Amino acid sequence: MTVTSPPSQFTALPGGGIAHGSYADVPYEDKLALWEEVKADARFPDYMYGCYECGICVAACPSARFYDFSPRKIAQAAAREDVELVFEQMNDDVWNCSQCFSCNRCPRQNSPGGLITLLREVAVRNGLTTAKDALEGYGRVVYKIMTTGTQISPDMLQPDAFPDWGPDVEKTSDNLELWRRALPPETLHTTEMSWQVSDETLIELYLIWLHSDVMDMIEQADEGLHMIILDVMEETLEDAGYEV
Amino acid sequence: MTTTDNTFIPLSEIRKPPVPDPAKAPTEDIREQLFALEDAGELIVQRVPEPYIEVMTKYGRTKKIPEQMTWHHKSCGQCGHIPGYSTSIFWLNRQFGMSYMDPTDQTSCTAWNYYASATSNAVAQAGVASRNFAAAYATGYFPMIHCGTSYGHYKETRHEIVHHEELRHKVRDIMGKLNKPLVMPEEIVHYSEWIHAMRDRIAERQVRDFSSITASIHPACHYYKLVTEDAIYDPDIYGGQRTATVTGIVESLGSTVGDYSTFFDCCGFGFRHILVQRDFSRSFATQRKIEVMKEEANPDVVITHDTGCVTTLDKSQFAAKAHQRNVGVPVLSDAQFAALAMGAHPYRIAQLHWHATDYTALLEKMGIDWEAAWAEFEVDLGRLERGEIEYLSWEDADA
Repeated sequence: MTVTSPPSQFTALPGGGIAHGSYADVPYEDKLALWEEVKADARFPDYMYGCYECGICVAACPSARFYDFSPRKIAQAAAREDVELVFEQMNDDVWNCSQCFSCNRCPRQNSPGGLITLLREVAVRNGLTTAKDALEGYGRVVYKIMTTGTQISPDMLQPDAFPDWGPDVEKTSDNLELWRRALPPETLHTTEMSWQVSDETLIELYLIWLHSDVMDMIEQADEGLHMIILDVMEETLEDAGYEV
Repeated sequence: MTTTDNTFIPLSEIRKPPVPDPAKAPTEDIREQLFALEDAGELIVQRVPEPYIEVMTKYGRTKKIPEQMTWHHKSCGQCGHIPGYSTSIFWLNRQFGMSYMDPTDQTSCTAWNYYASATSNAVAQAGVASRNFAAAYATGYFPMIHCGTSYGHYKETRHEIVHHEELRHKVRDIMGKLNKPLVMPEEIVHYSEWIHAMRDRIAERQVRDFSSITASIHPACHYYKLVTEDAIYDPDIYGGQRTATVTGIVESLGSTVGDYSTFFDCCGFGFRHILVQRDFSRSFATQRKIEVMKEEANPDVVITHDTGCVTTLDKSQFAAKAHQRNVGVPVLSDAQFAALAMGAHPYRIAQLHWHATDYTALLEKMGIDWEAAWAEFEVDLGRLERGEIEYLSWEDADA
């Protein structure tokens, strides 16, 4: 038998494993630290019990039909604590998940979708480049939620943003202010937020953001966005008499 | 099949699964945990106000659905892009004279920052949920959740608050900074569960004949998959093997349910996909849902019960039609469908002009002169434009 070296795209590791080619330049210790962060999350034991490799999750998964993506592999890598593979998935796979939780039909009670939530959070919190790339173009959405407490506001219906939704988008956009006034519920006469949210409610929301480390995550994901959101929050809170 | 005394037993009876026994439920009854935490002084449990309607959930347990005194936790996407959805929910409550509250002291669940971008965390999400629940509690009205994702996400959050002491205490500290108590409702209730519980009373008030309509049902993933525990199941609907919500009201209104093989598939919404990777959403919605429904059931309409499902299934059809795909089925919520059955105006209440797929053939089948209805609505718009009225009122809408 001839012993051959690992393929050139792989790097042998001291523990006997192999570093995957795409991320071989990332030190194993860094990958391990991220994995430990995933495991330390209080939700992790609720999402990971083991894996039968039955594939029920894959059969139910919409993303598996359209992408090179497998919730079974996510569960398997976590169950085996395959640090290298988890790191690769954290970068290359997790953003393909639809978060529908069809995979929750797992007979072992795993939640691959839940695991992906954790993997994504760790990726964002640690400022992985792939996470920043995945969130590119997403800043307005994060801004809307964090500053207005609502998302999918009426003024987001613009034809250049949704050209594939047909000509009705332009008609809605053109008539937006008038059509919003033609809604009987009083809270819906808004265009910049989905419904009218009181000022006091927004102040309370901002305090939740400040006291839950969320702003640190935003800073890692997008420093510019972080500054804009912080400006809005600080101005509102200071006007209301809060020291920020 | 026959028995030894030659009595014929239909196959459907033989295969009918037993009614689930709650004593054998594979999951805990989280309400017992909530009451234990309340006894320990850890949180307050807001009771379901009377009168309430009892329904059965997946494992045979009983869930209380409040008839009224409801605090309407609105949905971003419903209010923002398909406002006839929320308007119809309120209109139904008004038709039955139910006392309800449409609060401005409400934020969304902010789960867009959770399921889409992961720019939030468990403490923040539990904090947002608890703030909304405390706001409802302060009014004496009971939370009724319009969004399927908020409903599912709040059930996840409830699990975390109950089972993770450290997280619970962090959230309670944050609530303390807001001068609010930590409150959890006795039941997490979705508006479609209210419609389901009220379906016979809605049918009694039906003024339009829907018997010639075939509707395919799309159940929302975050309603019954995210936390399966307390979604409604009924042995008389699909033998209790699928959630009964939505199908129940469609059957009660006399329509035919057009079944299809990809019932359990999601709609393709995907959160981040519908905004930044929409090729996936369009492909899945049309190829795995609408085209399959068309081929297998040829429905007049798709009825669903969540924001993203209506949006994705409806809006995705325009591009698919341009590619000569077999699409073209209007998509409504159960609330709009029920409101139309009870005589609601298709534009003033159901606000169908915010929908994309052609719905005019469906309205004709419902016996609605949509051209005359649109002309009436244009008169309303003219009054608004001329400043004769500032807003369309509920009274205007029912005129």
